[in-house]
Amino acid sequence: MERPAPGSYEHDGDFQQLEGPYFGRYGGQWMPESLMAALQEVEETFRKAIKDPEFIAELNDLNTNYINRPSLLTEAPRFAQDHPGVRIFLKREDLNHTGSHKINNVIGQALLAKRMGKTRLIAETGAGQHGVATATAAALFGLECTVYMGEADTKRQALNVARMEMLGAEVKAVTIGARTLKDAINEALRDWVASVDTTHYLLGTVTGPAPFPEMVRYFHQVIGDEAREQSLEQTGKLPDAVIACVGGGSNAIGLFHGFLDDKNVQLYGMEAGGAGVETGKHAAPIALGRVGVLHGARTYLMQDEDGQTIDSHSISAGLDYPGVGPQHAFLHDTGRAIYQPVSDSEAMDAFKLLTRSEGIMPAIESSHALAGALRLAAKWVADGVVDETTPQDEQKVIIVNLSGRGDKDVSTAATWFGMVPEDHAEAGE
Amino acid sequence: MTESIRSLTAEKIEQARAEGRTAFIGYLPAGYPTIDDSIEAAVQLGNNGADIIEIGLPYSDPVMDGEVIQKATAEALQNGFRVADVFHIVKEVTSRTDAAVVIMTYWNLVDRMGVDEFSRRFAEAGGAGLVTPDLVPEEAGEWFEASDKYELDRIFLTAPSSPDERVKLTVDSSRGFVYAVSVMGITGARGEVSNAAERVVRRAHDAGAPRVCVGLGISEPHHVVEIGSYADGAIVGTALVSALRDNGPQAVGEITRNLVTGASKN
Repeated sequence: MERPAPGSYEHDGDFQQLEGPYFGRYGGQWMPESLMAALQEVEETFRKAIKDPEFIAELNDLNTNYINRPSLLTEAPRFAQDHPGVRIFLKREDLNHTGSHKINNVIGQALLAKRMGKTRLIAETGAGQHGVATATAAALFGLECTVYMGEADTKRQALNVARMEMLGAEVKAVTIGARTLKDAINEALRDWVASVDTTHYLLGTVTGPAPFPEMVRYFHQVIGDEAREQSLEQTGKLPDAVIACVGGGSNAIGLFHGFLDDKNVQLYGMEAGGAGVETGKHAAPIALGRVGVLHGARTYLMQDEDGQTIDSHSISAGLDYPGVGPQHAFLHDTGRAIYQPVSDSEAMDAFKLLTRSEGIMPAIESSHALAGALRLAAKWVADGVVDETTPQDEQKVIIVNLSGRGDKDVSTAATWFGMVPEDHAEAGE
Repeated sequence: MTESIRSLTAEKIEQARAEGRTAFIGYLPAGYPTIDDSIEAAVQLGNNGADIIEIGLPYSDPVMDGEVIQKATAEALQNGFRVADVFHIVKEVTSRTDAAVVIMTYWNLVDRMGVDEFSRRFAEAGGAGLVTPDLVPEEAGEWFEASDKYELDRIFLTAPSSPDERVKLTVDSSRGFVYAVSVMGITGARGEVSNAAERVVRRAHDAGAPRVCVGLGISEPHHVVEIGSYADGAIVGTALVSALRDNGPQAVGEITRNLVTGASKN
């Protein structure tokens, strides 16, 4: 398919009401027939559950008393100080149990798995955050758990492998293909085809076949709903822009959803630009602009002329995926959200700035969103939209989704900034 | 099934039936280990008893394939296989054997070239139809149109897990034959044919499919005999790929001769 220009797709409807299986021409169920019955079961269970007050009460209780919701909205004035007239707020998903937004979706799907009578969870993981969250939910609910992880990732995230194993999960290293996240998804799908009677595939992002993009979004919508309310409380108005990093895009869609129908709130998704989109070493499928079908959904993909998936590259393992959620593809085409690549080095600069200016160490994934916020703030200042004389109630407000904490990234960051001796550099690879 | 358009695979299966045989369908990956050797191997397959040859298109993310086929197709890609090479392979194999030639492909490869363009070039090369392991009828709008336009067979899969209404949808959408997945799993040789297979075939027949062939886990002549008692064809893949890997194209001919001894009902 040819690349459509941003904004080329007309959509006059209510964005918040979008359900699967299609988002415009994206999404769908490009799946083996063997899994179609299971997808149908997941969808029916999901639709019934979200209308069941008992399910909602259980989910709310776990959100409050296990995950630690609502997460804070923290202003970061020292981080924003070079951009007078711009206020930057952080949505603190890093303070959730297990350290990232991933737990929101995992708890929701694990409850559904129990409703379906499944006794085993399987999951894919790149950096290990989703794997750790899934292993955590399996421990909480007494379910078996197998996590697929590319061999390359098991080596660079050895501590997270140990964490999952301590939680009782079996971690299977995937030794075929590029040995990264996309291959872990392939292997999890192969497992699911053979184990679907007893097993729920707890997909970790808003990609995959319907109902996953809509269902995973649903469990993350709490991020945007809370942020909207907190913005009104703390600033007396809605934000001018909300910004999130986009790999598969689950934390971004969770934040965006609360603001989709607030036409004056700009939505920004920051893709992983790696070494730069022009180098080919990146994980920015929307910037690349090639539409195809991968892992069950029609969406933007990193693919070559033949349709073979191209290996993605990013310093952030969590963004290192060659596709993007179909709803993001749709929001791009409609122009409702703007997607831009952020390079490894811009992200790492933002990582350092937040750590030093606010004492908050962000995940490298979230650092892409922070870099996007600095870029937007700098543009407003350069364009003369705001300056040091702007009264507070007219200042621009940005909410950044701080989707995860940076503890897991310390060795990568130490290597990047040259803080470890050369012969220890492999620790961060 | 749609019967108004001529179907090359249906003709082959009916010819086998008339000769008192179960149709034999063999799978080999395109470009493995090289383009020329993949042609030689497919010709051996066709000239030693296969009624239909299924050429698999190597893909970076083959979620329905086990280790043997994954490794073979990955090697083909490493050796520089390009999707458009398959048309040359199909043309050679159709001109050098009497078998009908179908392509097994994950959908993104067809989508990327364009469904109409892929279908036109494949039909020009003499191809008979497509086996589509990750395309369900709900997503196949463009393929319905192109396969009617170029008179190609649409071979959809039905599985042990398929509910009745999905079996019906698959049967109504297919042309040529229906591919019955014998087991909940991926490709690979297994000791015995799953006991789920007979039920999958019966349900497809009951839903109106005139021809149902069984694949996944079939590697021995006695598997072919067993399948012949209830199905219209047996599909073998991994066993052929292993033979090609270990002993070259000639070995594909030998193992095919051995397997088709199970296909005779006399």
